[in-house]
Amino acid sequence: MAIEKVLGIETEYGVAGGPDQDPILASSIIVNAYAQQGASRINWDFEGETPDLDARGLSGLTAFAPIVETHLANTVLSNGARLYVDHAHPEYSSPECRTPLEATLYDVAGEEVLRRALSTANASLDPSDAITLYKNNSDGKGNSYGTHENYLVSRQVDFSDVVRAMVPHFVSRQVVVGAGKVGAETDDALSHAPSFQLSQRAEFFEEVVGLETTLKRPIINTRDEPHSDAERFRRLHVIIGDANMSQVATFVKLGSTALLLAVLEDRGAAVFPPPPRHPVRAVRHFALDPSLRAVEQADDGVSYSAWDLQDALWHLAQDYVAATGAPAVASESEVAEILTQWREMLDGVRADPSGVADRVDWAAKQRVLEGYRERHDLPATDARLRAIDLQYHDLRPERSLSARVGLRQIFEVTPVREAVHNPPRSTRAFFRGRCVERFPDEIVAANWDSLVFDLGDGPLQRVPMMDPLRGTAELTENLLETSTSAADLLRALDG
Amino acid sequence: MTEQERIQKQRTTRTAAEAPEVSIDTTKGEQLKADLDDLLDEIDEVLEENAEEFVRNYVQKGGQ
Repeated sequence: MAIEKVLGIETEYGVAGGPDQDPILASSIIVNAYAQQGASRINWDFEGETPDLDARGLSGLTAFAPIVETHLANTVLSNGARLYVDHAHPEYSSPECRTPLEATLYDVAGEEVLRRALSTANASLDPSDAITLYKNNSDGKGNSYGTHENYLVSRQVDFSDVVRAMVPHFVSRQVVVGAGKVGAETDDALSHAPSFQLSQRAEFFEEVVGLETTLKRPIINTRDEPHSDAERFRRLHVIIGDANMSQVATFVKLGSTALLLAVLEDRGAAVFPPPPRHPVRAVRHFALDPSLRAVEQADDGVSYSAWDLQDALWHLAQDYVAATGAPAVASESEVAEILTQWREMLDGVRADPSGVADRVDWAAKQRVLEGYRERHDLPATDARLRAIDLQYHDLRPERSLSARVGLRQIFEVTPVREAVHNPPRSTRAFFRGRCVERFPDEIVAANWDSLVFDLGDGPLQRVPMMDPLRGTAELTENLLETSTSAADLLRALDG
Repeated sequence: MTEQERIQKQRTTRTAAEAPEVSIDTTKGEQLKADLDDLLDEIDEVLEENAEEFVRNYVQKGGQ
């Protein structure tokens, strides 16, 4: 049976400016600025992190484990998220959420966290050293950085079935949730000289399945690091998504993927449309064709467009929802909204993309680019078009274009502000966030599946949280409210 | 319905009640859709003055 789809998004933000134009320094300044304005300064605990474990059970691979930069700024926030410096980018990893809508809210809250950090940091910097941040995935010069989704999946599903079922979705979902990009930046894509692509990320993918995330990026990442009970759970680490500015696109990206994973758990991989024969070629080919007419031959010998695959996947999800209600994904009304938005965006991009430019990021971006180009009669290579692309993702309110193009909002300001401060009530992130807020002096380290307390007398005490669905408000709020000290809380947990 | 399924159902209902409501504001989108010209005027004001330099200076170290 499908397990509850705990999920979340980690985003590496693009960063520019700062003292000496040093991106690692600028990223550290951003993270520290947020920590100093009242959030936690609790260290991240790397115990139990095994990014080099492979879901296929292989060992002796040539992949390298990601470099862990423990000396860099690394904090846990009162909303249960992690804010830190990863490689040369500030990264916000949202808290674990119980539904796609909730995970969308905490992704939007992440933008607000970074916006506040930016404003605090720049207030203390010389204007010539001002930092800028971008929620995008490439610099237009061949360097890409990730927006990764994570989904809790049953360990009972064989990993080869995850690959078989999900490749069609991951190569084709860019037609509705791609963020769009001016031009190209890798040799293969450059040879097609596109003026515009559907996706920021697609051209950077080189393998179908693999452990890497920075080199030879795979469509399906095999990192087997569940951050939970490894006997029961997998964490599917999806590295092929674009960062979305459209809240509805984030919601549909998470909702469609969570629904299809529930279909896989309940109905198996055989019900899914066939994957393209050459998935890497397909994901790049589809990205290069905003007319959505490009087709790729699938394993069954038939040629499908990305739109055809999305249409088949939508029907698969819709049939599953009609039969089961998909309670593993979300409430009835939320699941219905996922299907409605997904369908409207799918029909919209085929009929007239500008008609869904209020929800589909690539369509919103393309509409502005084309309008601007016509108005000023610009060649496709004009730098102003690339500036529009970049500023679409700009976090500075006075420079952001996505804030001006008329994207539909799901969340008002108030719930976003609350989510900046408060953890989701529905997962163990509640316990993490509330403990960080209540007992910052006694917590010496935190990570996804445990908290470490130092009460000053005796050994450090680790509180394990191996089940993402324990530690919820329902299970721990009362305990947290009645505990007057960390010692009190630990005694109660023991008892 | 097995005991486990019943628990599953109850739990879902409870989570749903706690989750924020889905309510997508359609007004802003339609209003602006109608007027691309106003939007382009605004973009002229907001766009970095030296687009060439702005774009050239945006260089990232790779990430994940």
